[in-house]
Amino acid sequence: MLDKHAIFEKHGWLLSIAILVTVSIGGIIEIAPLFYLESTIEKVEGMRPYSPLELAGRNVYVREGCYLCHSQQIRPLRDEVERYGHYSLAAESMYDHPFQWGSKRTGPDLARVGGKYSDAWHLQHLIDPRSVVPESVMPPYGFLERNTIDLDRLALDLKANRAVGVPYTDEMIEKAASDASTQTDPFSADYDAFLARYPKAQIRDFDGNEGAITEMDALIAYLQVLGTMVDFEKYQPEENYR
Amino acid sequence: MSQHMIEQNEGSSEIAVIGALLGVGALWALTTAARTVDPLMQAHAFIFLAAFVLGGIALGAHVYSGADADRRGYQFGVVKAGVIATMFWGIVGFLVGVLIASQLAFPNLLYFDTLPWTNFGRLRPLHTSAVIFAFGGNALMATSFYVVQRTCRTRLAGGMWPWFVFWGYQLFIVIAATGYLMGVTQSKEYAEPEWYTDIWLTIVWVSYLLVFLGTIWKRKEPHIYVANWFYLAFIITVAMLHIVNNLAVPVSLTDTKSYSLFSGVQDALTQWWYGHNAVGFFLTAGFLGIMYYFIPKRAERPVYSYRLSIVHFWSLIFIYIWAGPHHLHYTALPEWAQTLGMTFSIMLWMPSWGGMINGLMTLSGAWDKLRTDPVLRMMVVSVAFYGMSTFEGPLMAIRSVNSLSHYTDWTIGHVHSGALGWVGYISFGAIYCLVPWLWNRRGLYSKALVEWHFWVSTLGILLYITSMWVSGVMQGLMWRAYNSFGFLEYSFVETVEAMHPYYMIRALGGAMFLMGALIMAYNLWRTARGDIREKELTSQGAGQDAGMASGVTAPAQMGV
Repeated sequence: MLDKHAIFEKHGWLLSIAILVTVSIGGIIEIAPLFYLESTIEKVEGMRPYSPLELAGRNVYVREGCYLCHSQQIRPLRDEVERYGHYSLAAESMYDHPFQWGSKRTGPDLARVGGKYSDAWHLQHLIDPRSVVPESVMPPYGFLERNTIDLDRLALDLKANRAVGVPYTDEMIEKAASDASTQTDPFSADYDAFLARYPKAQIRDFDGNEGAITEMDALIAYLQVLGTMVDFEKYQPEENYR
Repeated sequence: MSQHMIEQNEGSSEIAVIGALLGVGALWALTTAARTVDPLMQAHAFIFLAAFVLGGIALGAHVYSGADADRRGYQFGVVKAGVIATMFWGIVGFLVGVLIASQLAFPNLLYFDTLPWTNFGRLRPLHTSAVIFAFGGNALMATSFYVVQRTCRTRLAGGMWPWFVFWGYQLFIVIAATGYLMGVTQSKEYAEPEWYTDIWLTIVWVSYLLVFLGTIWKRKEPHIYVANWFYLAFIITVAMLHIVNNLAVPVSLTDTKSYSLFSGVQDALTQWWYGHNAVGFFLTAGFLGIMYYFIPKRAERPVYSYRLSIVHFWSLIFIYIWAGPHHLHYTALPEWAQTLGMTFSIMLWMPSWGGMINGLMTLSGAWDKLRTDPVLRMMVVSVAFYGMSTFEGPLMAIRSVNSLSHYTDWTIGHVHSGALGWVGYISFGAIYCLVPWLWNRRGLYSKALVEWHFWVSTLGILLYITSMWVSGVMQGLMWRAYNSFGFLEYSFVETVEAMHPYYMIRALGGAMFLMGALIMAYNLWRTARGDIREKELTSQGAGQDAGMASGVTAPAQMGV
């Protein structure tokens, strides 16, 4: 049979096509079903798109390469569930373009870091990690306090997210800039309407600097929402076995 | 076949096409720079503009000088440039690696709050891209352009296109690297460059494929040599992976930021389908192409088994593609996909070792050369590292082993035994062969310096991988340790503290590997100048290098 192989060694185009076919099969069988098998993503309550401020914070997280040292994926192993909380569901990252599961834990997992530490702790820890955790090897991020968020471009970010499938409404896109300021101002006139758009969003001045909406505000808002959206009291694991 | 010229002059019609492409590129860059409000995009548009204008000037000067009229003989100029670029980017990449390793060992000394671009998160993609795509990519392009010409006995196809591929690829590297430092990233590991950089790379890569295939099409040999199968599989598959994994919607056409077309679990598997096959096709198939040409050539022995090369080629490329899900064990990826990934990863052990056996057994009857020829020894040790890391890989892909190893430094150690040992050493070996051949020298400046390079960097690799094994297994065990009351024994930060000594050893190992590469660069520079180390003048004549040089001739002579 091996002498038949000569045909591939004598025709470059045939060899190329054979290679392309051979390397396509695995991906098609493994990846394509994830897009249509309904069991891939669990049925949960509470998932909503990120608010504009949280999304801006997520973009800071991506830009600074946080995912290189922090995973966002808790495995269903006893020690991980005890250390970090309920194991991660596929539904929890269904609005994440791109995903931030990570591959390395030089620092701890952050999938459920939301609500675990105060804003003041995050602020101090981001400015000077070793002032609160002496053994830490994390870089300092004090410069985030000095960078303000460009509110006007948030609508474009939401629009691009809608183009790839995140259910942002026209109203959300229209209000993107003002929603970012509303989320840092507990006395905003738009408080209730904002909460209707983004249920259970946390509204406060995250970095303690009322004058400006900074990247620090955005990043802390993002960290504080991580892993808090799904209502686990209503989650039925046995209905989502796959 | 020993005629003086291998073919008649080809036409030079492609110069107008390349010129037009550069013109369109310059126009795009100028408009983008003028219209954008994104300072990062503006910086990149200006870099693109400068590159396209310089490219146009260089092209014009080349035509005007009349050098283009002579298109006979092999095109080795672009191979020489590739060898220089490989060494340059290699040293940059190793240096950044040592820097970020030191940051983890000495965080108080090496972080600066006012310099965001010096943070680990910005420098780490710079390190990985520099070593994989800049060092590895240039090594693959240079060697593939050399090997395909030699084994097809014909000049590279496409006239000036190989130069477009070379400089276009360097431009991609510069855009990617400056982007990481400025914070332009789409956060997909080993695919961090943003959408416009990806489009540029696609143009360059398709040109690369066409140059390579075009050369195969006009070959003067009846058969396509086995090294070229591997190079071809590498080029085709990387094109497929690159395009699918980078599908994204930009915020606007004048903005650096884009959002991935896929999300969550689908995005994760697409990314690791890409990520693992960046290992499988960029760092394995391509470098196996190097192995299949340079080891037989240096050992002066034929490839051990033709049958084995057929069987392991097709099984390797078929099975590798399935292995991605082992990066996602115990995650929210459906279990059926994890199990498929694990199964194929274990099966992958066999074709991997098929390649290793074919490489090692090629030395049958020439094993004594390991004693006298440090270059051949480097390549053989490289294949041994390949065998070791392709055994370790399937082991780590087993779910229960992975539950311990995943997220720890064990993975980092595994990657580096493959990257430093296999990819690094086979590239070094090939370049040590190539420089005397290309610059038409009798041999290397100094064999003793190759010995120094070999031993210093081998020791460095061993320090690196052993420290990462220990720290990785230790950290994995500490995370899951329980005390007698049934509580978790260690807080997370206690595991960070415990890794400190191993991080220092790792940085030392990396520094030694870098030192080896610097020794190599010096040796190659003296070789290219035509020097031979005084003490070695007498021994050189009878040595391996002289033997090799006789089989290789200057482009003008063209004997094969």
